[in-house]
Amino acid sequence: MLGTEAPRDILIVDRKAEYPAETDVDKVMWVAMPRKTVSMTSLSVDVSTGIDAENAERIPSPSIGRRLFALASWLTTPLLPDDYLELVDPLWSSRGLRGRVEAVRPETGDAVTLVIRPGPGWNGHQAGQYVPVGVDVDGVRHWRTYSLTSAPEHPDGCITVTVKVVPGGGVSPYLAHRIRAGTVLRLGPAQGRFVLPRPLVSRLLFLTAGSGITPVMGMLRSLAARGEMPDAVLVHCAPTADDVIFGAELRGLAVRFPSLRLYERHTRVDAGDPHRGRLTMAQLSIICPDHAEREVWACGPRAMLDDAEAHWRHAGIAGRLHVERFHPVRPAVVSGGGAGGGGRVRFVGSGREADADGGTPLLTVGEAAGVLMPSGCRMGICHSCVTPLVSGRVRDLRTGREHGDEGELIQTCVSAAAGDVEIDL
Amino acid sequence: MTVTDHLTEADIEEFGHELDRIRDEVIANRGESDARYIRRVIAVQRGLEVGGRTVLFVAFLPPAWLAGTAMLATAKILENMEIGHNVLHGQWDWMRDPEIHSTTWEWDSASPAEQWKHSHNYIHHTYTNVLGKDRDIGYSAMRVSPRQPWHPVYLAQPFYNLALAAFFEWGIAIYDAELERAWRGEKSWNETLRQLRGVVRKARRQVVKDYVAFPLLAGPAFLPVLLANLTANAARNIWAHTIIFCGHFPDGAEFFTAEQIEGETRGGWYVRQVLGSANIDGSPFLHIMSGNLSHQIEHHLFPDLPSNRYPELAPRVRDLCQRYGLPYTTGSLIRQTARVWKRIVELALPGPKSQPAGVASARPEPVSAAAV
Ligand SMILES: Cc1cc2nc3c(=O)[nH]c(=O)nc-3n(C[C@H](O)[C@H](O)[C@H](O)COP(=O)(O)OP(=O)(O)OC[C@H]3O[C@@H](n4cnc5c(N)ncnc54)[C@H](O)[C@@H]3O)c2cc1C
Ligand code: FES
Repeated sequence: MLGTEAPRDILIVDRKAEYPAETDVDKVMWVAMPRKTVSMTSLSVDVSTGIDAENAERIPSPSIGRRLFALASWLTTPLLPDDYLELVDPLWSSRGLRGRVEAVRPETGDAVTLVIRPGPGWNGHQAGQYVPVGVDVDGVRHWRTYSLTSAPEHPDGCITVTVKVVPGGGVSPYLAHRIRAGTVLRLGPAQGRFVLPRPLVSRLLFLTAGSGITPVMGMLRSLAARGEMPDAVLVHCAPTADDVIFGAELRGLAVRFPSLRLYERHTRVDAGDPHRGRLTMAQLSIICPDHAEREVWACGPRAMLDDAEAHWRHAGIAGRLHVERFHPVRPAVVSGGGAGGGGRVRFVGSGREADADGGTPLLTVGEAAGVLMPSGCRMGICHSCVTPLVSGRVRDLRTGREHGDEGELIQTCVSAAAGDVEIDL
Repeated sequence: MTVTDHLTEADIEEFGHELDRIRDEVIANRGESDARYIRRVIAVQRGLEVGGRTVLFVAFLPPAWLAGTAMLATAKILENMEIGHNVLHGQWDWMRDPEIHSTTWEWDSASPAEQWKHSHNYIHHTYTNVLGKDRDIGYSAMRVSPRQPWHPVYLAQPFYNLALAAFFEWGIAIYDAELERAWRGEKSWNETLRQLRGVVRKARRQVVKDYVAFPLLAGPAFLPVLLANLTANAARNIWAHTIIFCGHFPDGAEFFTAEQIEGETRGGWYVRQVLGSANIDGSPFLHIMSGNLSHQIEHHLFPDLPSNRYPELAPRVRDLCQRYGLPYTTGSLIRQTARVWKRIVELALPGPKSQPAGVASARPEPVSAAAV
């Protein structure tokens, strides 16, 4: 459905435009913030009521199940039936999707694949999409987004994500080195528009580097599972052959499907090789002379994606390039930012307050103040963090633009206070 | 305050800094094992509750009735004390788990969490034992300090304290609505009625669950189950009442006036928390069952640190108090309860003659108190 829409502009400045359907956003919030927090405002007005009824409404099952749930909640009040079901199997919760890590498979020296069995609320995904993952590191819940590397056609109902360690990172080292099979994770619904169109276009180019192979791996596995590999070129960069995540599998696919051409660039080997080092767009023209005629999916480091966007824009065919970023478009203004501003932030629902400077995302401010802040990618991409602004104005840390109307949905992960602010959490 | 006369302002500030350091230390190293602790307590509590209610389906057999009631009462006590009270204090907010968070938690008590958080976390913990400010002093219905003027109605307070013990959760729920403030015109009746309606709505579900739904489900065991639930609730009420009264009202715990806390510094606030609270000595089981309010002093110093840390903090706080010559009131449950009741009975009668600010001089020497 998503893929059939008109190609969009490659300049990803504000992805809100990509979420015309508010329902997407609601859905994201629903999962990232399970249970009562979703209705924080109504909660603060009237705590004692409606909790169970509200939650009953959120059970994605037919009305008979809903009624049973509402009935059962009279026996479990003030808790929910889920609170007890969870004791039997933590995946049985209607209050937010969970998944159990079934296996942890090393891929390269610094990347692992987690095989996850999602709970009953999982609605499937399209190849190329990502999933918000909530994980407790040292007792504290963190949310990050990871591309799904399994094909939707995966027979056993499990999904996989593949995590490459970001040294010094808060979550990826934990997922790569410390997590054990059996751990229960929180999940959000699959989301994102970095997907293949249906019907499929006839000629494709995948341009990836490092961990950027992940969403494309999901696509290739899906194509392979359906046995319909179109004319596709995969240009992938990694420091060495051993660093290529899914290296063996990719090479195997290229052998199995003659219509798939694989070009690997190992940026750190073969000292004498002119093809060493960062891939330039000029070199891409040599590697894939017809690249301008292909529909392109690109995912990798910021510099590579910036180059690609500039290149396709200059060629006047920006609409052919689909980009997935694992980083914000521009680096966030560093904390304490010269942008000025800052002020008192009041979290209306929870009654908490904190001082914020003009460079710190409201997400971080809220977390430090003990407010339950919904979040996902923490870089302005996934919209898991959107929250209504009650009053005041905020600054978009990516663009420096100041904005803010009453009731406007702001992304707290990329918004800082521009003066006193009230937000609805 | 005579007990603090020997301390200079700088001493009091240094005392505060030492406590701040202890606090920072705990915050820096709280982590996975703490998270595991609270999740385990919650799992045990829910397991006990399910187990107790299941056993009660055959409650017409006396041993089953006893076992089921004991399990249910234990579950209800854990739910209110070690879990509910502490979660609502935000002790576990740092985990950022929406399911164990002060802003989303609701507990098995007639008091809606939101109302209780205001009256308890804010009013009581900020104005601990300040006469005219801390409404928890005698719950605005009892005379627990000689500095409260006597009134003939207090003659009956030993009796209504007993009644309060049995119906504690209801007492708290009504008390949180601050009827006396509405009566005095300090608060609008509209707001008060809105709160009371909240209590009714919440309490209705609690009542239906314990006194209608589960007894009906038990069919032939209707009456025994009803009685079991009543007993479990009463046991929880009496227990909570006992622990909470031991925390602030035994002899040894101090009271203050609004003038005394004017311009109070952070160090001064810490000192007041120590002077106004009293601990209960006992086994780890007692500590868990009291929601670690047996470490009332540590709880009042650090209301938002995870309760499982209070036992390790207690010897350090006690040592600190000793070094600064501050009383650290503690005693066995029996002893502290006796001291509470002694005070309630004594103060039911007029007198003792209203004393100047130095009432505390009637108390034992600070250091000997620390050794109790
Ligand atoms: C839509 C989307 C899909 C993603 N899919 C994947 C995936 O499939 N596999 C995967 O491994 N990661 C993926 N990511 C990145 C992932 O969400 C995390 O950002 C990443 O794992 C780092 O998290 P962390 O907690 O370890 O680091 P943090 O503690 O968040 O960051 C530590 C430092 O590293 C920097 N940093 C953050 N991310 C990166 C990065 N990717 N490369 C270099 N530096 C970084 C930060 O700016 C910060 O300075 C995806 C991100 C998005 C937005
Ligand atoms: S957390 Fe993803 S957009 Fe803010």
